[in-house]
Amino acid sequence: MPGVEGFMYPNEVELQWSVLIVLYPFLTGLVAGAFILASLERVFQVQAVKPTYRLALLTALAFLLVAPLPLQLHLGHPERSYEMYLTPHRTSAMAMFGFVYLWYLMAVLLLEIWLDYRRDIVVLSQSTTGGTRWIYRVLTLGSSNISKHALEIDERVGWLATLIGIPSAFLLHGYVGFIFGSVKANPWWSSPLMPVVFLFSAMVSGIALVMLLYMLLTWSRREKIDMRCVDTVASYLFYTFIIDFSLEMLDLIHRIYEADESFRSLDFMVHTKLYMSHIVIQIMLGTVTPILLLALTQVLRLGEMTRKRIYAVAGCLTLIGIFAMRWNVVIGGQLFSKSFLGYTTYKMGLITREGLLVAIALTILPFVILWALVKLLPPWPEKNSGSLPNAAPAR
Amino acid sequence: MSITRRHMLLLLPTAAIAWKHVLAGTPEASPNYKMSEHWWGMLIDLPKCIGCGNCVRACQAENDVPDGYFRTWVERYHVTDYDIENPHVDSPDGGKKGFPPAKEEGGKNFFVPKLCNHCADSPCTQVCPVGATFISPEGVVLVDKKYCLGCRYCVQACPYGCRFIHPKTKTAEKCTLCYHRITKGLTTACCESCPTGARQLADLKNPNDPIHEFMKTHSVQVLKPYMATHSKVFYNGLDGSVR
Repeated sequence: MPGVEGFMYPNEVELQWSVLIVLYPFLTGLVAGAFILASLERVFQVQAVKPTYRLALLTALAFLLVAPLPLQLHLGHPERSYEMYLTPHRTSAMAMFGFVYLWYLMAVLLLEIWLDYRRDIVVLSQSTTGGTRWIYRVLTLGSSNISKHALEIDERVGWLATLIGIPSAFLLHGYVGFIFGSVKANPWWSSPLMPVVFLFSAMVSGIALVMLLYMLLTWSRREKIDMRCVDTVASYLFYTFIIDFSLEMLDLIHRIYEADESFRSLDFMVHTKLYMSHIVIQIMLGTVTPILLLALTQVLRLGEMTRKRIYAVAGCLTLIGIFAMRWNVVIGGQLFSKSFLGYTTYKMGLITREGLLVAIALTILPFVILWALVKLLPPWPEKNSGSLPNAAPAR
Repeated sequence: MSITRRHMLLLLPTAAIAWKHVLAGTPEASPNYKMSEHWWGMLIDLPKCIGCGNCVRACQAENDVPDGYFRTWVERYHVTDYDIENPHVDSPDGGKKGFPPAKEEGGKNFFVPKLCNHCADSPCTQVCPVGATFISPEGVVLVDKKYCLGCRYCVQACPYGCRFIHPKTKTAEKCTLCYHRITKGLTTACCESCPTGARQLADLKNPNDPIHEFMKTHSVQVLKPYMATHSKVFYNGLDGSVR
């Protein structure tokens, strides 16, 4: 049989979860990571990362809106997906997705963004004209009181939403890891470490993305990049990455040392079909290289431009590495037979429903949404346009 | 009241639908079948299996299984004396057309029919997000096709590779233990077509079922017992190399 080596159970030859299911944990990871970065400033009072606060929240929202799309497109019957809300099966890890997602979207992210932007929205609903004015009027949700007392309440409730948001972000992505980690039939996935690894890799990817976006957007606005902010974000990226890498290595060493019945099969797979995506891209290019680059900035006294370049390269490599990690988990976990006697091949379609073009479109879509969100709710004070008089300064 | 043309136009389609149902016939009644009185499983007597593929063909014909997918299949194992952990296994087209002569010499060859193990603690039903797949009161793992989302989580969760997504319905598919037959007092298509009696439907709740005597007097094993799924497909003479 083409693409098959050794023996696969006959129903295993076709892969069940495609590149879209790779995208799903990648996108939710970016959401959770971006939110946790935002919460650093709000809850843990890390003043240095203030310039990224609002951008991180908008990034989280943009990616969260797209996160369920790959799942919907992947379902055999997307029109029935609402059944997960109406009749969730309590023993299913997947059944809780809808609830965790809605909780995170409605109770945490939208609430926090709205509270943080409420003053700006009210001001904009009065200072703009035409259709834009109506959009802002709708966004006020009828609440136009921006007295000092009202804003203090906003601040307190927003702080509480962030406080609830941190465990919620942990829940959102830890839960995604649990979906894989709890499949006992699959030794590549089945691990209690999986939710923790997913969580830390989520933080890594989210922090890297917001750092890159902040640098890119500030540069494109011809503003000066706040190096104190970027240095702090990069140091958090570095520390989180070390924890993430340690956990992944712990998992790997444990597997190698224990060498259970699946080991030979998985080891062969990592050295053949997954060699490029796992060893080269995920570990060497996407993990070790950015960690070493970030370590350089921690150890050496480098100039501003050098640091910026290092952060840009390390950030991009990090995102590539985390995507490769999701790929290796999702696709890698389906390439070997549960008989441990054979291997199959993943053939990605180009313009099919679960093909490459759809995956690319779904990766670009959050950036388009983010662009619209940034236009609608600028995360920085508009110095020149004057469209946002008395607006709150960027946090 | 006279029947007008308007009435006729309304009545004719209704009558046509009713007539279609009459022609289709009513399902065979099974008034004596009580779900609570059964606990279904299967016994596979491996030394009797000759790898003819009758069971696979019968299953495909009975259940309209699409080509390339299998509710049941037969594997051929070749194990050399000293290398029990590395058997050579093949199952060309699920063993549907039997097997070509074995190439390897030495060691031993044997056939292993596979099907859904109808586990009492089935991982597939556990993970279904909407409960579209479930265990019937008499222990048969079934799928409600009108309810299944096609998320494929159950396919991933099955340790035995028994599930697939039907290419037309886009829903999860698997062996139903010929539920439509066993509830009418018949045996499964695979058991009925097996020329050697290697496959036998077993009612574990029926004290008179021959499986009880068989289990007492033979070394019987289930596949992957470490998965703790409480499989109800029992194998007599199962070699340690079988996965």
